[in-house]
Order: sequence, then structure tokens, then C-alpha cells
Amino acid sequence: MYKLKFNDKVCATCPSSDCLLKCQYMTFSGHKEAHAEMMKIIRGKDSRVLHECATCYACEEYCKRGNHPFYLISERREEKGMFTAARPITNQWINMTEMQGKFLVGDIKDKALSCCYIPELGVLGTGEIFKDVAAAGVFGAEFMCPAVHTHFAKMSVIKERLPVVIENFRRLGVKEVICLHDECYGTFTSIASAYGMEVPFKPVYYMDYLLERMKELKSKIKPLNITVAYQRPCSNRLIPDKLPLVKKILKLIGVKMPKRVYQDENCLCCGEVIRSVSGYKLADDVQKRNIDDMLQTGAEYCMFNCPACQMALAEKVSKRGLKPVHIIDLCKMAIGEKEREVA
Amino acid sequence: MNDVMQSLIDIVGERGVSNAAEELWFYSRDPGVLEPHKPDYVVAPKTTEQVQKIVQLANREKIPVVPMGNGMALTGLVIPLKGGIVLDMKRMNKILEVNEKARYAVVEGGTSQGVLKAYLQENYPHLRHSIPDAPSTTTIAANVALHGQGRLTNQYGFNSDMVTGMEIVLPTGEICLIGSPSLGPYWFSKGPTLPDLSGLFLGWLGTTGIITKLGLKLFPNKKIREVEMFVTDKAELVPEIFYKLTHLEILEDVNAWFQPKPLIFKGNFHITIYFTGDAEEEIEFKRRMIWDALQEFIDSKDGGFMNVQYTKDMLLEMPQRGIANFADVPKGGGFEYSGPITIIEHFPQYAAKVIELAKKYDVLYASSARLICGGHCMMFSISFAFNRNNPAMMKRVKEALDEATAFALEMGAVPWKPNFMEQQMTMKKIHPATLKLMQMIKRNLDPQGIMNPGNWEVI
Ligand SMILES: Cc1cc2nc3c(=O)[nH]c(=O)nc-3n(C[C@H](O)[C@H](O)[C@H](O)COP(=O)(O)OP(=O)(O)OC[C@H]3O[C@@H](n4cnc5c(N)ncnc54)[C@H](O)[C@@H]3O)c2cc1C
Ligand code: SF4
Ligand code: SF4
Repeated sequence: MYKLKFNDKVCATCPSSDCLLKCQYMTFSGHKEAHAEMMKIIRGKDSRVLHECATCYACEEYCKRGNHPFYLISERREEKGMFTAARPITNQWINMTEMQGKFLVGDIKDKALSCCYIPELGVLGTGEIFKDVAAAGVFGAEFMCPAVHTHFAKMSVIKERLPVVIENFRRLGVKEVICLHDECYGTFTSIASAYGMEVPFKPVYYMDYLLERMKELKSKIKPLNITVAYQRPCSNRLIPDKLPLVKKILKLIGVKMPKRVYQDENCLCCGEVIRSVSGYKLADDVQKRNIDDMLQTGAEYCMFNCPACQMALAEKVSKRGLKPVHIIDLCKMAIGEKEREVA
Repeated sequence: MNDVMQSLIDIVGERGVSNAAEELWFYSRDPGVLEPHKPDYVVAPKTTEQVQKIVQLANREKIPVVPMGNGMALTGLVIPLKGGIVLDMKRMNKILEVNEKARYAVVEGGTSQGVLKAYLQENYPHLRHSIPDAPSTTTIAANVALHGQGRLTNQYGFNSDMVTGMEIVLPTGEICLIGSPSLGPYWFSKGPTLPDLSGLFLGWLGTTGIITKLGLKLFPNKKIREVEMFVTDKAELVPEIFYKLTHLEILEDVNAWFQPKPLIFKGNFHITIYFTGDAEEEIEFKRRMIWDALQEFIDSKDGGFMNVQYTKDMLLEMPQRGIANFADVPKGGGFEYSGPITIIEHFPQYAAKVIELAKKYDVLYASSARLICGGHCMMFSISFAFNRNNPAMMKRVKEALDEATAFALEMGAVPWKPNFMEQQMTMKKIHPATLKLMQMIKRNLDPQGIMNPGNWEVI
């Protein structure tokens, strides 16, 4: 069984304890307390963090010393038989994502376009932008990154399923897998490396691909001249080095993204997992603060990167006058392939 | 051509009657598991007077008459067990009146749920009726004749409780008005304060008369409908969850359902909670009340709310067509249920029984329960899906359903829309004096025993 690579000594000598001090869902009196809680977790003792963590993934980004605090929290919760969300919800996710041989594999040569297990991604990964890879789509539980189970403290499911997913891709004989879902890219890079799993192909983040394609299609771009507020997804916290891509893509297509309070490291979760883990009061509060903040920037659109966030927030932002749109659709709009979204 | 055929043509015209083999084949069966049996004639009247004449003829000739709506009760209630006339009511489909302020509609005896729904949507968008999840082509009169339940049953009781008056063609051919229409032009009460004679027809499955007109309560149609889904893996918690939810007194409808496939549903009991409002604030307030009511189960990690964004459109459909699709896991279009009406405390025992029967008879289950009138009772559907092309599977489903009914009777439940064998099982168990009273009613109303014979056969 794979084991989380976690360097206790790095934490023992950590001068910041940023992982917990920056947490948006828990407050600590200062470094001393946060550090003490982290050490309790490391030693397998009970810690309030194990009871209060809302599973937002952010501490994976806050830790700049190469450790994996969130994966450790999830490991410890599972070891103690703790559930984050209700047991039936946790099991529902495990059952729903079980591999049943009902996957779809397109015309694969050396590249695959991973649509995870999210039907919307199959629709997004089409048209001029994806013309060279759209036919090479793969979809299904067999190709789904199991990272979602981190929210439910079921690291055992990840350790069991991720090697199978990697093996399924290996069998396709691909050199590159373009990941349309942040979580897949984060899984093949951050999670796989944290557990010492070898990935025998090159995971490609779709925004890298998108940026290159939009540069190639530059002559077709008509600047959109619109303003968006970006809903950064939890799994983007696993790959913070990829954050600048958003601005680069938006610049190319003439989209403004004014500064807001909840952006970059301080971004807020879409709220849906929080609803399951911490209840509606916190989820409603997070969603309200998030949308209020989007509106105060004067944005017309709420731009998504993850279809799960889009599903969680689309209706809510629409009701408050923001048009929900995925960044890929914005690019399609810029090259005249798609009508402008209406609320 | 025989005399009866000619007389029927004289009553309803040539296009309203048939004894063609293909027609009789069609009218000899329903979508459930019971054996077909052919009628001799299929007749589709257009007016009460035609119904009356058909019944008078049937009386003279001692021919069975089986009133039929859309034939979707699933338990063979319109299979003409003793041949005779199947009286297809679907051509009597007019909406005769809507009294907006008194909130009732008067419809003909073959009017479908879909026709009334569409009419109200177009003409009285502030009003609605209690739509069952049966196909839209099923009829309102049939639904009350079998004590059906619909979207508003949790709030207002059985759909038959919503009747506000009836016109009946009695088995002897008289036309009889029941309730307030027997005294004046208004259809606002089926009984009170008179002796409530509607009970002579409701629940009798077309064995005591034919409903040719029906008054039905309408209710406010709020602007917004919403849904939440709570899941738990402990059947024993479901009655308490029901209790907490019904205490709120704000819910449109509450259904609990469980099925092993697709895998997303495995091992869990899903409680679909519908609520309505005229403004977003009202909806959000109600949503918070629902979440708060179930907080203790969330805290203990025994239950939680599931995201319904993906399925919301399907869940909010009326009728909810997805029910039949979800149930059709064996991909053969067959689906039947035994639906005892019982108390909510018994949910865990019924749930265990369904799983036990599915295992014993090697069939797939897709069960659900609907709360009735704020939780005084529930309809627990012990449902099995089957492939129509697989007679062995159909036989196993039939045996499982028979055993389910026996179990329900042992548990003190009342079988809902029982097939003729289940009716017999019920009559064996029923208190002798009750049975005697039923006998007196049936004998007096239908002395020749022509109405839907084989059903509620107490004589
Ligand atoms: C997918 C599915 C979902 C369903 N969901 C529901 C539900 O949510 N709630 C519910 O209540 N039922 C439900 N049903 C069961 C059934 O379809 C309904 O009860 C429906 O209302 C039956 O109407 P029908 O017109 O098909 O009746 P039929 O089967 O034609 O008749 C039913 C009974 O009424 C008698 N009858 C018919 N017309 C008259 C009349 N004019 N006068 C006197 N007696 C008459 C018949 O003789 C028979 O005994 C469901 C069925 C299916 C297939
Ligand atoms: S996880 Fe990172 S930030 Fe947190 S204490 Fe350890 S080293 Fe410091
Ligand atoms: S995952 Fe989020 S909520 Fe949990 S400890 Fe880390 S930062 Fe805090």
C-alpha cells in the first residue's frame, strides 16, 4: 500500500505554520498554537483541526515547505474512523465513482484528452481550440482522478484507485494526457508524487494547452471587452504554480479581471463540499461573501474553471445578475464559436 | 352482428364500440404481471346518458361492465376478469367548470391528469391539483376510485379526500348526485354535512358505480417549487426523520426511496423533500427550517443532504417521469408494486422485507414511500422491475408481490389498489361485521353483480 510522504522534521522546525494560520475556517491565537496543533496531528493525537477542517484544500497551497498538511489531516481522520461529511454521503461518492467498465475511449494515439468522469468536460473539450485532441477523449470512472475522496477523508480509496487509473492510461499507450479538470492534473502531479506513485505519461494542464492554442488562433480573436470575477476551484490549490495562466489567457481574449478580496491565495471555496461537511450556515455564509465580493468588482460574468463549482454556483450567481461561464467557453466566444452567455 | 353489439352501436355510434380481435387483445391486459383476459366489447361513451344506457343494457343482458380510465393501475383492475364490456371513459374528458375563489374544478369521468394540469396552467396559473406520479394520461376519476395519492397528499390527504362532489351512474342505471351538487349548483362538498355517500364509491374500484362527473379541490399554486434530498443509510432512522419533517408543516410532499442500482443509490435511503414559496426569501427560510430540523442526524454523521443540482429538473417534474426510467433497470419495461398504506414507524420492517424478497426471488427492487397527510400514514411501495420478455422473471415478481401483500396484512396495513387475489386475502382478514357491511352495500347497489366482477367480490 502506498504511504504518504510527509516530512515531520520540516514541520517541527517550521517558523510559520502558515498551513493552519492562514486557514479561512479556523482561527488560532498565533504560531505557537497552530504549530502545536500540527504537531498533534503528526503524532496521531486528537486535534481540533481534525474536527473543524472544512476540507478546502488550501493548506496544500499555504505550506511553502513541500509538506502535505491536508493529505495528512485526511489520513489521520481516516485512521481514527472519522467522517467529514455524513457516512451515507461519503459512501455515495465511493459507490458512484466505482469502476464498472462503462468508460468511453476515443481515437487515441500518443495524446489523450481526459474528461475525468464529468460529462460537461466532454462538451467543453470540442471545437477549433481542441480540434487536434477532441477525438482522443477519455471519460469514465476508470479514468477519473479519485481526489474528491480527500474531502471525505477516504485516502484509502485514492491509494487503491489511483494506481488503477494511472495503469489504465498507461495501457492506452499515451505520452501525454491533457487534463480538462484541475483535480486530475493536481492528482497526477501533487497527489501521485506525495504518495510516491510513478506516472508514466506527461500530464498536461488544460490551461497550458488553452494558452498555446489561443496564441495560435490569435488572428481569430475578437477581444471580448468584458469583466469577470474568477471562481478559483479547491483543486487549483494543489497546483498553485498554474495560477498565473488565468490572467495570461484572459489578457489574450480581452477580458478584465478586477482585483477582489477573495482571490488567489485568499479565494473562497464554491461552498458545496462545505455544505456537506460543515452544514448550510457556513456554506451560505461563504457563498454570500463570495458573490458579494464578485459583484463589488463590477463583473458581468462569474468565470469558472471547474464544472463542479459551476454546478454549485451557476444558479446562485445568475439570480444575482452574474452570468456563469467556463473559461473555455470564454475562449470559444472570443474566436466567434459561441454566443455570449446570457444569465 | 349480435343484438348486444347492435344495441351498443345504437347507443354510442359505430366509432365508439368495437369487438375487433386486435382491440380486444389490447383491452385484455394491463402493464402489470396478471394474466390477460379478453372482454367481449370495448365501448367508449361520450356522455352520461350513453353510460346510463350502456349500464341499463348490461343489466338487462347481465353483461359485466368494467370502467376504465387509462388502465395504468398496474394491478389488473381493468382486466375484464369475466369478460363483458370494457367501458373506456377517455372520450369523456371535458373540464366543465372551475370555481376560482372556491378552488374547485368539475371534470368529466374520463378527464386525464394532464388535461386538467394544462388547463389550469393556461387559465388559472394560481391554482393546481394534486398530481400523482402516474403518466399524465391516467384519469382523475380512476385515481380517486382507487384512493390515489399525489403531490399534495402530504398536505391535504388522499386524492380521494379532495373530491368535492360526484355524478354517478349506479349499477342499476340511475344517475345520482353525491354531496353539495345534489342540493344546488355548487360542487364544494362531497358529503359534509350530509351523510357522506361518497364512501359508497371511493375505494370500490369501479364495482359500485361509474363516476361520470367529479368535483375536485384545487389548491394555491406557488410561484417557486424547490426540492432537497436527505440521505441516510439507517432505515431505522427514517420514521424519526419523517416525524421531524412533518412537524414543520411546510412541506409539499415527502417521498423516501431506495434501490440498489445504479450504484450511486446503493445502501442509502433517500428522502426527497418538496417545498414551495412565492418569493426567494420564503424558499430560503423554508430550506433553513428543513436543514435545522434534521441537524441532529447531520451531527451524528448518520445522514446528510445530497446535492440535487444535476437531478433537480427531473425531480421537479410533475408527474415525475424519471420514476419509471429509474425503475427500469432490467430494461424490459415491466414494473409493478404492492403499495400498502401503513404507519410510518413500520418503514424499517418494510424496507427489510423488500430487500429480503428481492433476494429470495432474485428480482430487482426500487421501492418508495409517500407520506400521507402530514405523516398519519404512508404508502409504502414494494416495487419490483421486470423484463416483459422474461416470463420466468415475471412469475418471480408475482410471487414476491403476493408475499409482500401477505406480509403487509400481517403488519396491520391496508393494501392499496389490491389485485383481485389481494382483495380476497384482505377480505379473509377483515373483521366479519365489516365484511358483512360491505356485502350489504355491494348487494344493494349492484344486485346483478355486473360491475367490474371479480373485484371486491363480497357476494
Ligand atoms: C410510473 C407510475 C407511477 C405511478 N404513480 C402513482 C402515484 O404517484 N399516485 C397514484 O395514486 N398512483 C400512481 N400510479 C398508479 C396508477 O397509474 C394511478 O393510480 C392512476 O391514477 C390510475 O389511473 P388510470 O386512469 O390508469 O386507472 P385505471 O387503471 O384505468 O382504473 C383504476 C380503477 O378505477 C376504476 N375506474 C376507472 N374509471 C372509473 C370511473 N370513471 N368510475 C368508476 N371507476 C373507475 C377502474 O375500474 C379500476 O378499478 C402510478 C403508476 C405508474 C405506472
Ligand atoms: S505543513 Fe508546512 S506550513 Fe504547516 S507546519 Fe508543516 S511545514 Fe509548516
Ligand atoms: S483544508 Fe482548508 S479548512 Fe482544512 S485545515 Fe486546510 S486550510 Fe483549513
